[in-house]
Amino acid sequence: MNYRNISLFSMVFVFLIIVGFSQSWNVAFGLLNLCLLSAIMSLGVNIQWGYAGLFSIGTVGFVALGGVAAVVTSMPPVEEAWRAGGPGILTALIAAAITIFIAIQIWKRVAAGIVRNILMIIVLLGGFFIFRGILDPATAIIEKINPAGTGYLGGLGLPVIFSWLVGGLFAAGAAWVIGKISLGLRSDYLAIATLGIAEIIIAVIKNEDWLTRGVKNVTGIPRPTAYEVDLQKSETFISNVNWIGLEVIEASSLYVKFSYGILFIIVLAIIMWLSEKALNSPWGRMMRAIRDNEQAAAAMGKDVTKRHLQVFILGSAVCGIAGAMMTSLDGMLTPQSYQPLRFTFLIWVMVIVGGSGNNWGAVLGGFLLWFFWIEVEPIGHWLLSILTSGLPDDLPFKEHLLKSAAHMRLITMGAILLLTLRFAPKGLIPEK
Amino acid sequence: MDALHALIVLANFVIVPAIAYGSQLALGALGITLIVGVLRFSNFAHGETMAFGTMLVILVTWWFQSLGLSIHPLPTALLALPLGILGCIAMVLLTDRFVYRFYRKAKSSPVVLVMASLGVTFIMNGIIRFVIGPGDQRFADGQRFIMKAREFKEMTGLKEGLAIKVTQSITLVTAIVIVVALFWFLNRTRTGKSMRAFSDNEDLALLSGINPERVVAITWIIVAILATVAGTLYGLDKTFKPFTYFQLLLPMFAAAVVGGLGNPVGAIVGGFVIAFSEILITYAYKKVFTYLLPSDFAPSTLIQLLSTDYKFAVSFSILVLVLLFRPTGLFKGQST
Repeated sequence: MNYRNISLFSMVFVFLIIVGFSQSWNVAFGLLNLCLLSAIMSLGVNIQWGYAGLFSIGTVGFVALGGVAAVVTSMPPVEEAWRAGGPGILTALIAAAITIFIAIQIWKRVAAGIVRNILMIIVLLGGFFIFRGILDPATAIIEKINPAGTGYLGGLGLPVIFSWLVGGLFAAGAAWVIGKISLGLRSDYLAIATLGIAEIIIAVIKNEDWLTRGVKNVTGIPRPTAYEVDLQKSETFISNVNWIGLEVIEASSLYVKFSYGILFIIVLAIIMWLSEKALNSPWGRMMRAIRDNEQAAAAMGKDVTKRHLQVFILGSAVCGIAGAMMTSLDGMLTPQSYQPLRFTFLIWVMVIVGGSGNNWGAVLGGFLLWFFWIEVEPIGHWLLSILTSGLPDDLPFKEHLLKSAAHMRLITMGAILLLTLRFAPKGLIPEK
Repeated sequence: MDALHALIVLANFVIVPAIAYGSQLALGALGITLIVGVLRFSNFAHGETMAFGTMLVILVTWWFQSLGLSIHPLPTALLALPLGILGCIAMVLLTDRFVYRFYRKAKSSPVVLVMASLGVTFIMNGIIRFVIGPGDQRFADGQRFIMKAREFKEMTGLKEGLAIKVTQSITLVTAIVIVVALFWFLNRTRTGKSMRAFSDNEDLALLSGINPERVVAITWIIVAILATVAGTLYGLDKTFKPFTYFQLLLPMFAAAVVGGLGNPVGAIVGGFVIAFSEILITYAYKKVFTYLLPSDFAPSTLIQLLSTDYKFAVSFSILVLVLLFRPTGLFKGQST
């Protein structure tokens, strides 16, 4: 860390403090929490792209899997649904696993040729029909049980902090499957495969109501911190707040945001410490060697595909962890909010702008870009209202412009990405 | 008789829509495959190029409608198409000049170009939403059906109807015209031949005096034409929504990869392969089987392999299968 980097980070904090004074401290802390989450996500993408040069654009899928993890670990189980449909779901999943296992065995043991192809088709199709035959009635029963309130299986009722790890595991599992398939092919194929798998993951989350309630959203996911309502009733909290001289309602919400912030900083610090250790170890040097010249690294005896798979899984797991953290911050899972532009491309811009290959750069990018992502809208609105101030108020054109200010975000982010790629491809904090 | 009924149900709900959708995908995949062939990168902004061209067509259509211009029974959008294409050509040439040319000259790796195309995707997406908004826009006018289901029933005396929309037949006819023109251009004209030479072997083409910038510019022009036509046809057939066009990227890419990246014939075949599999796998066959099976065995469920929400899974699975078993695609394309 030199003076330049320290001043870049201080700049972000000055921005946040300005927001705190000019808008409100609640907004500033809310921003800070999401900045921290963005930093974790961009660390994940940095592991894939910065260390190893893997072009994966399925971040949104891994983040969404983290969200699902938050639901299935921490929500209380819906006992009735488990009794009615649980065995069916479990049998169906076991049937699917057995099918895939048999298919893999056929693939390995039977000699290549038409016999193997026919066997594979029979096993996979048969397995698919059996799977659907068991799954469909079970899901129908589950979704009928109190559809307005639950209508899904619920979770395991474990503490929500635990789900952050589970989110990482979910994402790692998905990454293993995708990596097995598409790593080792040319770079664009990994991109398109990850884009596709992300779409599918989100389609599953939107439509499998028995698992995630689909578009009905899961609300009331337990929190790792205190609740505002409880704080507002607590005698000690009120007396403390009065002693500082704040309003109770505002202080309670600040307190909650602050506790989330502390938790997030701890997670970010752990991941950051591990990333720095990894990057500056023989493993990290090997990764960079593979990234810079695959053939040379392979000639030195490095298993390029295996290392790629490893780093792909690690990066996805970090995104999954951040996804679970974000869902527990929101307290709800909203499948419709998983937009690729917001969760894949924005994170990519963060890494590129911050400095790919440098962990501090990724973190800085996460902070800076999230700040701009949020603040561009008011700035854009303000700019447009100045530009159009000469026009009469009832002009439809002016109304349209002001209403469209929200889309300034995409244009700004795209422009930032293109300008960085062109004029400062190493980013704000370049790799050493 | 029942078999005929089953066939008509299938034609009405599967074959006719799949032919229209396949033509749209084929035109889109052609654009992607040409860029891969000549410029050697996967253009992730292709869906946005389509949306941009279509947006221009919609705006011109609205303008024409306000002027009272129309070519009833055909949709006004066809009249607006040339202007939309011109605008789209201008846009892609500008992006090439200000974004891609730099990396081409610097001989950057394809990944950098792909990333730059992501930046272009962002900006265009923003511009499109800024101008026309993120919502649905319907702009199809003129007559809706060539043959209504009811008319077909009266004509043939059958129990099942077969409806053919005007947009579906326009799609097919336009796609055939465009594809024939494109292949004539690529195979018969000097410029087209130089494009193919450039795609096959860049160094050799440069040695024989082909101007690379000219080839690139012509490729972009063709891509803009294909994208605008594909986008407009899709919008006429279904509806225009910016996000849907972004999502079309996956089936279009799958089509291009299935056919073999860089191979125009492959892209067309790929488009139909993807469209037919997507619709065949997400269609509910209950009615078909009710006709085919004796009434005792009539199915009680929908007999749908996958719900339509998972149509991406279909193009994705095909993509993955092709990548695993035949990475160069059905027809020989580029691969590494």
